[in-house]
Amino acid sequence: MIGTSNKEHLSRLESEAIYIMREVAAETEKPVMLYSIGKDSSVMLHLAKKAFYPEPVPFPLMHIDTTWKFKEMTEFRDRIARENGLDLIVYTNEEGLRRGLDPVRDGAVYTDVMKTEALKQALDKYGFTAAFGGGRRDEEKSRAKERIFSLRNAHHTWEPRMQRPELWDLYNTRLGPGESLRVFPLSNWTERDIWAYILRENIEVVPLYFAKDRPVVMRGGNIIMVDDDRMELLPGEKVEMKKVRFRTLGCYPLTGGIESDASDAEAVYRETCGAVNSERTSRVIDGDAGVFSMEKRKKEGYF
Amino acid sequence: MADFLRFMTCGSVDDGKSTLIGHLLYDAKMLFADQERALELESMSSDAQGERDYSLLLDGLSAEREQGITIDVAYRYFATEKRSFIVADTPGHEEYTRNMAVAASESELAVLLIDAVRGVRVQTKRHLRICRMMGIKKYVFAVNKMDAAGYSEDVFRGIESELRELTSEMERVRIETIPLSALKGDNVTLRSENMPWYCGPTLLDYLEDVQVEASDEEGFVMPVQRVNRFDGKRGLQGNVSSGEIRMGDEIVIYPGEACATVDAVNVSGENADEAAKGQAVTICLSEDLDISRGYVLAKDTELKCTDMLEAKLLWMDEEALAEGRTYLLKLATQCVNVSILKIKYGIDPDSGKHLAVKKVGKNGLACVDLSCHEDLVFDSFDKHRAMGRFILIDKVSGNTAGCGTVKFALRRAENLKRQEHDITREARAKALSQTPMTLWFTGLSGSGKSVLANELEKIMASRGMHTMLLDGDNVRLGINRDLGFNDYDRTENIRRVAEIAKLMNDAGIIVLTAFISPFEEDRETAKRIIGGDSFAEIYVSTPLEECERRDVKGLYSKARAGEIPNFTGIGSPYEIPKNPDVVIDTTEGDAAEMAEMLFGELKERFELK
Repeated sequence: MIGTSNKEHLSRLESEAIYIMREVAAETEKPVMLYSIGKDSSVMLHLAKKAFYPEPVPFPLMHIDTTWKFKEMTEFRDRIARENGLDLIVYTNEEGLRRGLDPVRDGAVYTDVMKTEALKQALDKYGFTAAFGGGRRDEEKSRAKERIFSLRNAHHTWEPRMQRPELWDLYNTRLGPGESLRVFPLSNWTERDIWAYILRENIEVVPLYFAKDRPVVMRGGNIIMVDDDRMELLPGEKVEMKKVRFRTLGCYPLTGGIESDASDAEAVYRETCGAVNSERTSRVIDGDAGVFSMEKRKKEGYF
Repeated sequence: MADFLRFMTCGSVDDGKSTLIGHLLYDAKMLFADQERALELESMSSDAQGERDYSLLLDGLSAEREQGITIDVAYRYFATEKRSFIVADTPGHEEYTRNMAVAASESELAVLLIDAVRGVRVQTKRHLRICRMMGIKKYVFAVNKMDAAGYSEDVFRGIESELRELTSEMERVRIETIPLSALKGDNVTLRSENMPWYCGPTLLDYLEDVQVEASDEEGFVMPVQRVNRFDGKRGLQGNVSSGEIRMGDEIVIYPGEACATVDAVNVSGENADEAAKGQAVTICLSEDLDISRGYVLAKDTELKCTDMLEAKLLWMDEEALAEGRTYLLKLATQCVNVSILKIKYGIDPDSGKHLAVKKVGKNGLACVDLSCHEDLVFDSFDKHRAMGRFILIDKVSGNTAGCGTVKFALRRAENLKRQEHDITREARAKALSQTPMTLWFTGLSGSGKSVLANELEKIMASRGMHTMLLDGDNVRLGINRDLGFNDYDRTENIRRVAEIAKLMNDAGIIVLTAFISPFEEDRETAKRIIGGDSFAEIYVSTPLEECERRDVKGLYSKARAGEIPNFTGIGSPYEIPKNPDVVIDTTEGDAAEMAEMLFGELKERFELK
């Protein structure tokens, strides 16, 4: 009985997100949109195009590339950027790459260096003062507590006890030296709203979201796709073909799929309405530091 | 009926807000299986000793679990067959009142919890007052913990009548009172068998069916967020905050009240014939007017455009609000400097009585008069919500220090019209054959401002100029004898000096002022009052060590001994001018020589005679 997304409600969410994007464009010095290639990023980009139509999107997009994303994601990213004439920055932490960090072997260190550190480096390098992210409050408990405009100090860390009050639609964008903002225009959207909107607006997303026969292994209760030959099989693991799709996308060895027959947006939306587990269950990286892993990573500067 | 509802839960700490929402989600099967599993696991390891602790579903920060309290707002999203809901669960502690206010600002309805055993508390009343101030029109009073009160009808009716009294003066609001138990689930989603005497709806039934009325705001209003440029046209972008707009409509643009015709309307990136409240639009006008962010488009209604207003305020900063302080005020898409002219009264959260106060501390409510440094387009909050609500930003910390709602524009600003005299400032200046202006000396105590100003005045007088020297100590012994040295009094001291200088300039006189004036903001205020063209900032840059060595009045040694708190340069900062007209260091020569040099420079820069 998780219910459905309603038409009026979706339009309200759409207007709110557009308003937020226009505020950032009008009030911040150097904004950027973090583009993760996932469904939330696709929705965010679609909204940005609407917000400034017929002008082009007035800020660049940036992807933090760990080099372990699914191949299909990278292809999709480059094609979307090309077709839309977007200013796309791709940033990789070269130091981490040189040290050959591996998502499976190095676990938390990998996430810290290739994602959190990489993001901080990239923001500093370009001097961005505001970064849009696709985070939603329904994803996780500490996200549910975050403001739409969230302040980061010069070290990019978040202080959850010192959040600025956010009243009505009056967003405070004033920054001190070195400070920057994270802005979440999709804060009030749920996973269902995202799919309902993708369906309504016919937004293109990475095909990994739709069920297809894919080579996978079972690992720690997760279905992991073998996307390239960098993936080392553990003893007893066997590659098999399964009809799977992904609810969230990230580094392929850290992203669990689900068995499903939903092969288009409508079927996925219907499945989402009846889902029994939250979408974060398929993120391997959430589990490692207990209940507050997300809050901890966010304080350190993870998006 | 609207297919969504944004509501909040509030009330005192331990009245069971998080538990209620947790139970609502759990009962209505609105949890995912992994969240439910996590709940069972966490409940076992927490103090609930194996009983399901529904509040764990909402308290998402580690500090909250550690202390067993809610610190910040948590948002939950759920939907039933009838409606989508966004619910904000808020902290009950007085300490975190501002976070509760955040939720109130975005909610259409408030569920206010009252502990059946403990009854209505101060915090209950405080929350109710804040919800009202934020504009909430619908309330559910959830009388919780009825299980602990033996499901007694008498207890419920007692609280109900207390609430009736509390809300008797609230106009145009809808109130529902429901007895329930968040812990046991009575009247949350299922009708309670323990309270057969109650015939009203369950909480969920009510939330699903309550009417959220269409807005009663007058006419069309849209604050301009930004201007889009394409094909040589300007697109005015913003969200419609009230009413509707169609192609061909005549609109009025504030400030200035110019008229124009709507040529094109675009809603969320698609061309349309019309747009309504809440929609994100781009509007093109047939006339090419110079409109930018902060302008407001309106139709069939009238907005105010003036600089003084009276407002209700909720203060949220650690540093108390005091008269004379200056903040940034953000209202719709405008952002202006504003001074706290007067704290009219504080509001007692318990009784609602007016209190005479000098300062308003964190979480305090007050009624204040505000003076904006430039005209502001606004309206009363009752008439146009988006045009009558604002936040105050501390310019140093950048924090959102307070929020408020406009009661009305102060007539004073509108009714006091500057009297135009036949003998003008220009005529008086001409009679004295000089260009009146103010030479504003600023610098540390002992930097040589007064000495230098005195020497300069002698030179000017010898050349037949009509001058007046306003000196710090002299003014403080006379017109400003009522002022001390706290922040407010220092600001007021400078304001009065600036007003006096301006009057003298109007009389044709060249004014020299010698005040430490350590704050950039105060010097900016002086410049604004006197007028930028008539104002020259002279920074006497003698270093602190030299001033302290001279210590003409013996003040530095007193300050070092801790006898004078807030002494500039020792206990209080001096903000060096960013763009002074002249910089002069008195260690480089004797006063008469320096004054001669200064006069030469001023003559070159300004037309003094």
